Amino acid sequence: MSANETPVIAVEGLRQTYGSGETQVHAVDGVDLVVERGDYVAIMGASGSGKSTVMSILGCLDTPTAGRYLLDGTDVRTLSDREQARIRNRKIGFVFQHFNLIARTSALANVELPLAYAGVPRSERRRRAVDALTLVGLAGRLDHTPAQLSGGQQQRVSIARAIVGEPVLLLADEPTGALDSRSTDEVLDLFDGLSAEGRTLVVITHEDEVAEHAKRVLRMRDGRIEADLRRAPVDAAPPRWRPGAEAS
Amino acid sequence: MNIGESFRFAWRGVNANRVRSALTMLGVLIGVAAVIVLVGVGNGASQSVTQTLSSLGTNTLTVTPGTATSSGLLGLRRSTETPAVGTGGTLIRPETLTAADAAALSTPGAAPDVTAVAPVVSPAGVVASYSDTSHQLGSMTGSTAGYLGIANDTVSRGRAYTATDVAAHARVVLVGPTAAKALAGGDGSALLGQEIRLNGVTFTVIGILTEKGSVGARDQDDRMIAPLSSVQDHLAGYGDLTSIAIQAADADAVGAAQAQVEAILDARHRTGAASRDFTVTSSASMLSAANSITGTLTVMLGAIAAISLLVGGIGVMNIMLVTVTERTREIGVRKAIGADRTEIIMQFLIEAILLAVFGGLAGVLLGVGLCQIPVAGFRAEVDPASVGIAFGFALAVGLFFGIYPATRAASLRPIEALRYE
Repeated sequence: MSANETPVIAVEGLRQTYGSGETQVHAVDGVDLVVERGDYVAIMGASGSGKSTVMSILGCLDTPTAGRYLLDGTDVRTLSDREQARIRNRKIGFVFQHFNLIARTSALANVELPLAYAGVPRSERRRRAVDALTLVGLAGRLDHTPAQLSGGQQQRVSIARAIVGEPVLLLADEPTGALDSRSTDEVLDLFDGLSAEGRTLVVITHEDEVAEHAKRVLRMRDGRIEADLRRAPVDAAPPRWRPGAEAS
Repeated sequence: MNIGESFRFAWRGVNANRVRSALTMLGVLIGVAAVIVLVGVGNGASQSVTQTLSSLGTNTLTVTPGTATSSGLLGLRRSTETPAVGTGGTLIRPETLTAADAAALSTPGAAPDVTAVAPVVSPAGVVASYSDTSHQLGSMTGSTAGYLGIANDTVSRGRAYTATDVAAHARVVLVGPTAAKALAGGDGSALLGQEIRLNGVTFTVIGILTEKGSVGARDQDDRMIAPLSSVQDHLAGYGDLTSIAIQAADADAVGAAQAQVEAILDARHRTGAASRDFTVTSSASMLSAANSITGTLTVMLGAIAAISLLVGGIGVMNIMLVTVTERTREIGVRKAIGADRTEIIMQFLIEAILLAVFGGLAGVLLGVGLCQIPVAGFRAEVDPASVGIAFGFALAVGLFFGIYPATRAASLRPIEALRYE
């Protein structure tokens, strides 16, 4: 598999600076990072450690002040707005802490959204969205709007939305931060299942419980990576994976 | 992503916020409807006046005593004393028109462009009574047989009086529809052939006049016309004439006829252009004066309507700004999952256009509908240009105030839009 030779994420000398002069803040102060295809990485750190800034740069939601970022082999710093939108659409699936579903819009329509922006024909879009919602266990709630779903269900809709376009990278920012412990377990089981299927996941979190599911844990502090712990090989199953648990 | 997809997203956006959408549309609706109705009312008023004045005939002249400063637009006499200075010394003449003036005007060859002359007396406050009913007439006219032709009056039932009736001092009368209804009830036709009393003198109704409609609040059909001789005998006396009605050969000869009439009367009254004690009014000049008044009215109403449209537009702008600000996070989410700037702008633009178009269409329907309701005796006339301009303006407001905030929000970096509170 030649694709395995290209890392999903290759970052060199990443810096993000806000403000100038006396009040200048180095949110990210020189980060080098390579994430192989199929890896499941947790980025941990206290608030202010720079992990959210790293996440927005990795997700092409923000451009770094300095450094090189190759996403699946593409240098994203040189891309136009339209090309960056295409990259986000095709290569990245986002899971946010506060779900960020479109209000007053059905679960199905929310999951179809990335496919609509990708120009997928309607019938295929619908089929794939239904498949994705079935995978996260919400086949019976296609027409529910976010307000009619619990937090855990909303997060599962947003996971369906993130994976429906078959992106190379699944990027989750505090995915369990707004959930109770039962919903947290559901979401983490789903992530384990996706990782076991071979998808690449990067999860930003400050909860040890979440990090325990990852194959590799990075700790950030003051804008730098302080520790890099490998808990399972890239091509192995995630350490806490319970086959079949995600379908419950 | 194609335009159809943007359209579906926009439609969902409009549909997902029904109250806000309805309020936005209401602003546009009221503005557009106001423009259409107000311009329509101005238009209708102007058409109604034009129609009424042209029913007087386009080639008629009216001579009234008094100067332009002392007589109103419609030749109504005022009691202002305007002494005229004659050539042979100081000669103060009252403002009068006499039967001799009328006779001089109708002398063959004196005024070649004048085809008919009718002396008119209009006694005020004539009370008509029939059986137990009495009615004060809006106007009573005594004139010669030629008057009906000059004034463009016809008889809808019965017959007109003739020169023979005038010569015979026949006590016959033609009754306007309003007066006939007031006296006999129903459609008034029962009055035909009956004897009525005018200020106590018996006259026979020989004809019902054709309806003329009203000028504003003034009903032109509340009147009677009788032979000059019998009106002078019994109602007005043999004093001065109220006016002289003159018909020119055709509409183009009105100017020439007016000059001839003025020359003849100036000679008789020993007056000149500056010292004239009479006024010659042509229906054409009344028409143009009335048109300029109603034109001003239309412009004024249009200006008021434009302000209401502007206020509606500001309402749309306000709601659009709030909407986009409120939905900045949604814009961030859409960008995060793959929408580019153009797609975001497109969606919000189409949303704004949808609101403006539906609000505008509803406004057009409401405006045109309201124009169908007759008010104060006339119907508002919808001006297609006002519909176009109002609708176009609504659309432009929707476009501009939809595009502007959406462009701003879509230009934010996705992370800024996502974190927007």
